[in-house]
Amino acid sequence: MLLTYLPVLIISGFVIFIATFVFIINSIVSPKKPSSEKLSPWECGMEPIGEASSGHFKIHFFIIAILFIVFDVETLFLFPWAVVLRDIGMVAFVEMFIFIAILAVGLIYAWKKGALEWV
Amino acid sequence: MGQEEIRGLLPVLELYLSNPLVIMMLEILLIFIKVVVVTLVVFSLPLPLTYMERKVAGHIQVRLGPMRVGPHGILQPLADMIKLFFKEDIIPSKADPWLFRIAPVISMVPVFAVFATIPFGDKITIPFINYEVSMYISDMNVGILYVLAIAGLSVYGIILGGWASNSKYALLGGLRSSAQMISYELALSFACIGVVMIVNSLSLVDIVKAQSGWHWNIFYQPVGFVIFFIAGLAEINRIPFDLPEDEGTLGAGYHSEYSSMRFAFFMLTEYVAMVSMSILAVLLFFGGWNGPSFLPGIIWFVIKVVLCIYFFMWTRFTFPRYRYDQLMSIGWKVLLPLSLLNILITGLIII
Repeated sequence: MLLTYLPVLIISGFVIFIATFVFIINSIVSPKKPSSEKLSPWECGMEPIGEASSGHFKIHFFIIAILFIVFDVETLFLFPWAVVLRDIGMVAFVEMFIFIAILAVGLIYAWKKGALEWV
Repeated sequence: MGQEEIRGLLPVLELYLSNPLVIMMLEILLIFIKVVVVTLVVFSLPLPLTYMERKVAGHIQVRLGPMRVGPHGILQPLADMIKLFFKEDIIPSKADPWLFRIAPVISMVPVFAVFATIPFGDKITIPFINYEVSMYISDMNVGILYVLAIAGLSVYGIILGGWASNSKYALLGGLRSSAQMISYELALSFACIGVVMIVNSLSLVDIVKAQSGWHWNIFYQPVGFVIFFIAGLAEINRIPFDLPEDEGTLGAGYHSEYSSMRFAFFMLTEYVAMVSMSILAVLLFFGGWNGPSFLPGIIWFVIKVVLCIYFFMWTRFTFPRYRYDQLMSIGWKVLLPLSLLNILITGLIII
């Protein structure tokens, strides 16, 4: 168990180590001549107006995120189901059919309400 | 040392190797070696890949591609890397400095962590000590689920980088990227479930072993493969779905404000994600390391992966880009219902 998941930690640590090493070397060899124009956000040469990070974005992104959560949880249920489907047989299939049908109704509802339209 | 001395040493070595503590230490050491080798190889993969991409682009568009640096421009990626190394690392004055600094690393670590469970070939035996070495770092029993989950984490780096830049283009690029990646992740995992239903296992090694003898999953799951491929293209942000870095409307997207090595790391992430998506396609649908026996398995694996990567590049220079609303409607209105239907039909057939 430990040996199965230890490599994930080692890989992450090793990649972070390499990245830090590269950043340090880069900060040594690269020039540093900051100026106020260079440090301002790039907007095709116009003066930037307002803060971009204050969070004015289209509400659709949020709706997509909520829909995603519903279906991602469905994915999580489907994975173990797919592994044991052959052993359990028809009962498992019918149950999952009902489950998917309920979620499909949700998708159709969101579709009809226009949550998937990008206007 | 003579032959006899080595023979005399062998029993001692075997005694050592039967000690559970020694075995444990050896295995950890082996994992370390494998991790270092795999990470360094994957780290240097973008060099040949950028060269290949530019050459493919050149020849598709009836021009030569890079020709100046070295014979046939073969040193071009190296020159690019040196150039990026000596560039100024600009951190915009309005940006959130810490998030801006670590965002490339956040998006880079998950795409590398995916390689912890990817099998490159079957077991090989080291001569003399009869020690079996597997060509994968670890065989997780939740392999495919782990790959999908960890690969999905890389979107955090992109959206944090886009937000921390405090630039409108970068913010929009990050938002688009995250919405696109989560939409297509659904279709991608549903396509994987079709494969899991046939193989009855989540472990990538078992999935490949189940496909031996030309029982490749692409013959049993053609619809699943098409869904997987389209969703994969969107997941790794490549044309025709590279909306997050659509030059026409967004500048460079989420990495507009990045320069120097941080920009290079975002690019690295993208190329490594492309490699891991190709590897996943090969493992799930094209039988992994299985192939005619006149070549070793690992060679077949590499050939298939390179062909798959070439296919990704080919699509890049053949198709125009979709609009964002078209992209979203393909993902939610076509691919998602189709993949659900694919799962149900597969289930009906295998019961």
